Amino acid sequence: MTEPLLKVEGLKKYFPIKSGLFGQVKNHVKAVDDVSFTVAEGETLGIVGESGCGKSTTGRMLMRLLDPTEGKVFFDGQELTKLSNQEMRKARRDIQMVFQDPYASLNPRHTIEKILMEPLNVHNIGDPKERKKKVHEFLEIVGLSSYHAKRYPHQFSGGQRQRIGIARALMTNPKLIIADEPVSALDVSIQAQVLNLMQDLQKELKLTYIFIAHDLGVVRHISDRVGVMYLGQMAELANSEDLYEKPLHPYTQALLAAVPVPDPDFKREQIVIKGDIPSPANPPSGCRFHTRCPFKMDICETTVPIFAEVEKGHSVACHLYEESRPQ
Amino acid sequence: MGERKKILDVKGLKTSFFTDDGEVPAVDNVDFHIREGEVLGIVGESGCGKSVTSLSIMGLVPSPPGKITGGEILFQDKDLTQLPEKKMRGIRGNDIAMIFQEPMTSLNPLFTIGDQLREAIKIHKRDWSKKQIQDRAVEMMRLVGLPRAEDLMKEYPHQLSGGMRQRVMIAMALLCDPKVLIADEPTTALDVTIQAQILTLIKNLNEKLNTAVLLITHDLGVVAETCERVIVMYAGKVVEEGPVETIFKDPQHPYTRGLLESVPDMRFKKERLYSIPGNVPKPGTIHTGCKFAPRCEFAFDRCITENPDLYQTAGNHKTRCFLFDPKEATAHDRTAIKS
Repeated sequence: MTEPLLKVEGLKKYFPIKSGLFGQVKNHVKAVDDVSFTVAEGETLGIVGESGCGKSTTGRMLMRLLDPTEGKVFFDGQELTKLSNQEMRKARRDIQMVFQDPYASLNPRHTIEKILMEPLNVHNIGDPKERKKKVHEFLEIVGLSSYHAKRYPHQFSGGQRQRIGIARALMTNPKLIIADEPVSALDVSIQAQVLNLMQDLQKELKLTYIFIAHDLGVVRHISDRVGVMYLGQMAELANSEDLYEKPLHPYTQALLAAVPVPDPDFKREQIVIKGDIPSPANPPSGCRFHTRCPFKMDICETTVPIFAEVEKGHSVACHLYEESRPQ
Repeated sequence: MGERKKILDVKGLKTSFFTDDGEVPAVDNVDFHIREGEVLGIVGESGCGKSVTSLSIMGLVPSPPGKITGGEILFQDKDLTQLPEKKMRGIRGNDIAMIFQEPMTSLNPLFTIGDQLREAIKIHKRDWSKKQIQDRAVEMMRLVGLPRAEDLMKEYPHQLSGGMRQRVMIAMALLCDPKVLIADEPTTALDVTIQAQILTLIKNLNEKLNTAVLLITHDLGVVAETCERVIVMYAGKVVEEGPVETIFKDPQHPYTRGLLESVPDMRFKKERLYSIPGNVPKPGTIHTGCKFAPRCEFAFDRCITENPDLYQTAGNHKTRCFLFDPKEATAHDRTAIKS
C-alpha cells in the first residue's frame, strides 16, 4: 500500500477554561481528544457529527490554524506539527480550506480579482500578468465568468460566493482541500450545484477532500469514507457504503435513524436517544456515549473503549465489538 | 374521518415591502387553509415568502417597510388583516401562537424561564391567581417533556441546551391552548438527534391537544415525516399543493420535482445530483409569466407571457403550471416531465 497523503496520529486540542482574578486554569474543554485517521490521495473523507463534537477543530488543526495540544499530522511525508510558522505558511500552498459562511469569508471591500489574486501573491506564483490570467481561468472553472472579476462580494448570491470561495482555495493548485460545512448555508437547489461542482473539480484536478459536515445525506453523497465523531473522539470510521448500510456504533445507528427522509412512507427504526450532548469540559467517564447509549453495559462507565478495526477498513470505538475484533 | 372544519383560511394574501426601489411583493396572492387538528407544511427555499406568510398571519410584518396590501386572513369569521392591533393582541399568543427558529434569541436572557412563562399567562388570563398561573406553567413544562420542571422555572435561558430551550418555547406557545401553532423552522438550529426529539414532540402534542400546526421549513425530510398536507412556495407564490403522499410520490410542478431530485438521500448514493439551473430570482424582478420559467426546462412561450393559475390535477392536488392546464392537455406531452 502506498503511503497515505495525510496521516493524523493522536490529535488532541484542549482549550483552557480560565477564571478568577489571575486567570487560573480551572479546567479544559477537550474539544478533540485523541483522534487518528488517514486520508489517501484522491479520496474524500467525510467527517460528521453534531455541534460540539470537534469536527471543525480537527479541520483547523490539520491546517494549523489552531495548534494541537498533542499529536502529529503528517502530510505528503512531512510532519506538519513540527514546522515553524514560516515553513507552515509555505506548506499551506498544498492544503487549502473552504469555509461555511460565504458571506463572512470574503472581504467585502476587495474585488473578486483581488480576493483570488491574494493566494498567488502570498505564495509568489507567476508574474502579475499570469496571475490575472489565472484568476480569469479559475472563475470560468467554477462556473462564473471572467467579467465577474471586477465585482465585489455583495453583488453575488450565496451559491456564487461559495463558488468564489472554492476558486480561491484552488488558486495555488493544492493537493488537499479541507471543506468545513461548505454547503450548509445554501438552499437545496444551490447545494446540489455546489456539490456537483466539487465532484467535477475533484476528477479534473485530482483533488483530495476532507469534507466536514453535519448533514448525513450530503456526506454520504460526496464521501468515499466517513468518520463519525462524538464529543471530541472518533466513534466509527468506515467506507461510506459500510457505514450507512451496517453502522456498528450505537451512536452512528441513532444518528442515522434520526435523519428525516424525504419519503412519507418511510418507517424509520425507532432508536431515539435521549438527552443532550454532555459538556466537553466535563465528559462522561469511560465511553463518552454511555450516558445516552441504549446498549450500555457496566464496563462502559469505567473503561474507555479502544478505537480499532473490527472488519477490514471498518473501525469502531465500542465495547460491544471487543470480542469480534481480530486479535 | 370526515372533513374537518377550516380553522384558518388565507385568501389572496399579498404582502409587499416598500423599498427605495419601489414595491417588492414578498407574498403574492397566496391562498391556503388549515383545518382543525391538521399539520400543514409550507416548504420553499430562502426568499420564497414562507416566513412572511406566517408573519402576516400573526400580524407581525415589520411596518414600515412591510404592509399587507391585499387579501384576507379569516380566523373564526374574523379577518385578521382588518383587526386593530389591540384586538390582534388578544388573538396572538392566545388563539394563534408561534415558535421561531432560534430559541436563544426568542427568550429574554435576563429573566428566568418561570418569569417568562408566567408573564405570557398573565397577559391573557388576567383573572387567574398566582397559584393557578404557577401550576399551569409547571404543567406545560411537564407536557413538553422537560425534566425537573419546578427547578427549571428558576433557571435562566443560558443554563439550558438548545433542545431544552426549544421545548420551553413550545411550552410557552401552548400555554393558552391555541387553536393554531405556527412553527417557523423550529428545528433548523438543532442537531439531528435533538431535531428528531422535537419533531416527535410537536406531532404528539398535535394529536393530544388537537392543535393545528403550520410547519414552515426548507427541509423536505422534516415535511415528509411530520405533515399531512404540503404547500410548496416559490418566489412568493404557491406553486403546488397536495397531500404529503402525492407531493412526494407524484410531484407535478417542475420546481417541486427539481427540489426533490436535488436532495441527497441518505439511504442510497446517486452518482450525480440533479440540480436546478440558475438562482432564485430576486423578489420583484419577474413581473409577467411563471416565476419559475427562466429556470424551467419545460418552459414554452405561454410561460413567459401569461401567469399560470393553480390547476387541479387530482383529488386535492393542485399545481401552478401550464403543463396541467386542461387547455394545454393535447399540445404538450406531460409524460415528458415524469421521466
